[in-house]
Amino acid sequence: MPAKLTVKDVYKIFGDATQKALDLLAQGESKEAIFEATGQTIGVQDANFSVEEGQIFVVMGLSGSGKSTLVRMLNGLIRPSSGQILIDSDDVASCSRDKLRQIRRNKIAMVFQHFALFPHRTILDNAAYGLKIKGVSPAKRRARALAALEQVGLAAWADSYPADLSGGMQQRVGLARGLATEPQILLMDEPFGALDPLIRKGMQEELLVLQKTLKKTIIFITHDLNEALMLGDRIAIMKDGRFVQVGTAQDIVSNPADDYVAAFVADIDRGRVFTAESVASEPAVMPLDQCTAGDAVKTMEDQNLNAVYVLDGEEIAGVVTYQQAAAADRDSGPSDVPIADVLITDFPTADPETHLADLYGPASSGLPIALTDAENRLVGVVEPEKVFAQLSSDNPADETDGAPAEAADAPQAVPERQPAL
Amino acid sequence: MSPSDFLIIPFDDWVNTIVRDWLVPNFRPLFRALQVPITLVLNGLDDFLAFVPMVLVTLVLALLAWKYAGRGMALFTLIGLCFIDMIGLWPETMTTLSMILTSVLFCAAIGIPVGILAARSDLLWKIVRPILDIMQTIPSFVYLVPIVMLFGVGMAPGIIATIIFALPPIIRLTNLGIRNVREDLIEAAESFGSTAWQMLVEVQFPLALRTIMAGLNQTLMLALSMVVIAALIGAGGLGLVVNTGLGRLDVGGATAGGVGIVILAIILDRITQGLGEKKNIHTISLRETLISLFRPRGTIAPTEPGKAG
Repeated sequence: MPAKLTVKDVYKIFGDATQKALDLLAQGESKEAIFEATGQTIGVQDANFSVEEGQIFVVMGLSGSGKSTLVRMLNGLIRPSSGQILIDSDDVASCSRDKLRQIRRNKIAMVFQHFALFPHRTILDNAAYGLKIKGVSPAKRRARALAALEQVGLAAWADSYPADLSGGMQQRVGLARGLATEPQILLMDEPFGALDPLIRKGMQEELLVLQKTLKKTIIFITHDLNEALMLGDRIAIMKDGRFVQVGTAQDIVSNPADDYVAAFVADIDRGRVFTAESVASEPAVMPLDQCTAGDAVKTMEDQNLNAVYVLDGEEIAGVVTYQQAAAADRDSGPSDVPIADVLITDFPTADPETHLADLYGPASSGLPIALTDAENRLVGVVEPEKVFAQLSSDNPADETDGAPAEAADAPQAVPERQPAL
Repeated sequence: MSPSDFLIIPFDDWVNTIVRDWLVPNFRPLFRALQVPITLVLNGLDDFLAFVPMVLVTLVLALLAWKYAGRGMALFTLIGLCFIDMIGLWPETMTTLSMILTSVLFCAAIGIPVGILAARSDLLWKIVRPILDIMQTIPSFVYLVPIVMLFGVGMAPGIIATIIFALPPIIRLTNLGIRNVREDLIEAAESFGSTAWQMLVEVQFPLALRTIMAGLNQTLMLALSMVVIAALIGAGGLGLVVNTGLGRLDVGGATAGGVGIVILAIILDRITQGLGEKKNIHTISLRETLISLFRPRGTIAPTEPGKAG
C-alpha cells in the first residue's frame, strides 16, 4: 500500500537559535547539554516514519517526550525546524499558508485531548464546524454533520450544548467533528486521556469498530502503552523527542529495543498482545480415507506429537490423540483400525487473529487448537502448552524465534529501529 | 539644595506653546470636522427621543429591562421613569440619555476594533496600554481646557470628553476577552483550516462576548459619571441641572438632577449587564408575568428553554 503520510528527518527546536542547536545535535550532544549550552529546547529530533493508508499509527511516550509536538507538526499547527512532512506529495513543513489551509480543510482533521468543543455552539454546529469553514451550504452541512453524529451514536443530542454532555460523549462529538469533513487522515492527540478508565476502554473498542468501515489513516497519540498495543497497527515509542522503537505490538513486546522500552513492556498483559498465530506451528495432518490408527501412531512418534489433525479433502475431519490411537492399535492386534474409529470430532478451533487471552478456554481441553482461515481450512495448530509458555516467558525473543508462524506476521512487521544516538 | 537650583523646566509654557500656538491655529478645522459625525448622531438621537412620547420610551425601556434583567427591574424602570417625569426632569433626562448613547456608541465603534487588534499583536498592546493608563488616571479637568480650545463649547465637545474618559474599559476588556479564549479552541479552529477572519467571527468574538459586554457596561457607567463634568463645557441635560443647583446653592435642584442620573444609571446598568448574561436567564413569558403579578408572592414556575435530550 502507498504511504499516505511520510515524515523525513524532522526536527523541532523551540527557541530563537535553532541552527546552533541543530549543529550541536548533529555532533551528538544530548538534549540536556544543548539546553544548557544554548537555552534551546529540543521538541522532536530525527523523526522518520511513514504511515500507510488505512493504518493506525500510534505514537506512545510519557509527557515531555515530544509526542504532542510531533502530532501538531503533521497538520502545521507547529512548523518543524527542519525536515519534510509529506501528505500525498504536499510538504506540510514548507508549503504556503493557503496550501496548508487547503490541506487542513480537505485532508487532515484533529481530535483533541480535552475535546476542544466550542461551548457556544450546539453539538450539531460543533460537528459541522469544519464544513462551515469550508463553505459547504447549510443544508448539506446539516446532513453531513448529522450523519457523522449518527456514526458515533449521538444524533439525538444534536441540539444540546457541549456542557450538557459527559466527557465520553463530548469526545464522541470531537470525533464526529473530525469525521464530518471526511478527511483521509485523522490526528488524535491523547483523545481518551481525559476519560474514566471504563469509558476509555469502551471508546477504544468503538474506535476499532468504526475504523473497520472508515479505513482512515490515523495517527494516535497516547501515554498509555496498553492503549497503544490495543489500537496500533504500528507503534512508535518516543523518549526525549526521539523514536526509541517502531514496530508492531508483538515486535515491541517480544523484542524491546532497549531497557527503557523493556521497562514499559514488563507489566503488559501479554495475552492481549500476542495472537494465536504467534505461537502456531505447521500442522501435522493425515488424510482421512487412507490412514489407519497405526499410521497415526507412527507419525506422532516420528514428530514427537500428542495429537494429529485428520483432513477429509480440504475439510478438517477431526483430531486423533496418541493415547487413543495407540490403545486402539494395540487392542485390535494385527488387523488395521480405520482412523475414523478413533477420531475426535469435537475439537477446539480459533481464528489466527485471536488473542492468547481468549484461548484459555479452548486450550483447557488439552487438545491442540486448530487455527482456521475464512474458508474453514486448517492453517496452523496451537499446542496448549505453548499458549502458557508465551504468556509466562521472561525472554520471549527466544521462544518466538522458532515459531514457524512468525512469517505470517503482517508485511509491515519488519521492525524499524533507530540506532541509539 | 535641590535640582531646581540648577535648572527650571518651563513645562507649562511648553504645553501652552504646543496647544495654543501650534495645535489650535493649525488643526482647529480638522478637530471641528472630527466632531461632525458625533453631532450628527447626537442630534438624531436627541430629536428622536424628544419626539417620542414619554409613555412610549418608558414602556420600551421597561420591556427591555423585563427581558434582560427580570420582572423586578421592569417595575423599577416603570416607577423610576414616572418619578423623573413627575419631578419635571423628563426632557433633561432624554438629553442625557442621548448623550450617553452617543458616547457609548462611539466608544464601542472605536474600542472593540482597537481591542481586537491589540489582542492580536503584543506590540500594539504594549503601545495602547500606557495610553489607556493615562486616559484613565489623568483628571478630566486637565483635558477639558484643550478640548474647549480645539472644539469649542457645547454638546459635541462634552461627548468627546466623555469618550476619552469612558473608552479604556471596553478596549481593555475586549483585548482580555479575545486573549482569554481557550488555547485548545483556537488550535481546533485552526486545525480545521479557519482563516483569521473566520477564527475571529466564529470562535474568538462569540466566546469573548461576555467579557466585551462587561466592558461595554463599564464604559456606560463611566460615561454616566462624566455627565456632570461634561456639563461644565456646555453639555446640557441632567448634568446642567446639577451644576445650576451647585452654582445657586439650590440643594433641591441639585438633588433632583442627581436622583435622575442615579435612576438612569441603575436602569442602563442592569439592562447591559443582563445583555451579557442573557443565556443564563430564564425567559418568563409575558402571560406568566402578568399572572404572577396578581398572585400571592413567589409562586411563578419559570419555563426552561426546551432542550432536546
